[in-house]
Amino acid sequence: MRLVGSGIPCREMVELVTDYLEGALSWRERRRFERHIAGCDGCRAYLEQMRRTLRVLGRLDEETISPEARDALLHAFRDWRAEAR
Amino acid sequence: MRPLEHKPSPEADADAAFVERLRAGDEAAFMELVERYQPALVRLAQSFVPSRAVAEEVAQETWLGVLNGIDRFEGRSSLKTWIFRILVNRAKTRGERESRSVPFSSLEREDGEPAVDPDRFGADGAWSSPPRSWEGEPEARLLAGEARSVIDAEIAKLPPVQRQVITLRDVEGFGAAEVRDLLDLTDGNQRVLLHRARSRVRRGLEEYLS
Repeated sequence: MRLVGSGIPCREMVELVTDYLEGALSWRERRRFERHIAGCDGCRAYLEQMRRTLRVLGRLDEETISPEARDALLHAFRDWRAEAR
Repeated sequence: MRPLEHKPSPEADADAAFVERLRAGDEAAFMELVERYQPALVRLAQSFVPSRAVAEEVAQETWLGVLNGIDRFEGRSSLKTWIFRILVNRAKTRGERESRSVPFSSLEREDGEPAVDPDRFGADGAWSSPPRSWEGEPEARLLAGEARSVIDAEIAKLPPVQRQVITLRDVEGFGAAEVRDLLDLTDGNQRVLLHRARSRVRRGLEEYLS
């Protein structure tokens, strides 16, 4: 581990993860980041955890609408159509 | 509102078809949109207002805004973005009214909080207590009800704008530029808020899995 040739300590790596994933690092910073990841199990695991977290976040919205809300909106729609059209 | 680059896309065609049907008073088209977006609208509204009940009301008002504004929809953004913009505007107004004592500027309360507990690093800044790989964690465990509740709870604890950013970006899948515009943030600010929010959620999940 240590600085693994990249010059970036692990403590700072975790603060760069979002910029890395967002493509907001400069070309040079990106290379240093990737060089560190290649030589550091801890930071590699951290990045992988973040990616898994994002996948789970993307699956959070599998809720369905309540029948009450559905009914209320259906009625709102019918009122709107009766008035507006 | 800057016009997005205009390319005919399957999404734009599908949007145009929906808009035509709504304008024609097609109930099935409206209910299809409702089924698709209502849970997401309620989820997002909750990050602006103090309770689920008020969030439901704001979502309902949003649909009325959609119906009353549909004749003015010009396809400059996607229909989804347009609907969410209506929600954000209404939710902001409502949130300010409901909680005058909690200004939105309190969002930076936790500014500077590190992504990871500093105790997990040694004096040289390298991991002393490194994270363990989740490669062996089955996807099913991470998607199970319990893990999702952990994540929901972490999101609910975030300061409001962090919560809005992570909900729009990572739960609803909006792009950085759209979120920046919807919430009126700079690029850099959007990214910082996203970083803090993601770091907190990861930490919550790590604690749960350990």
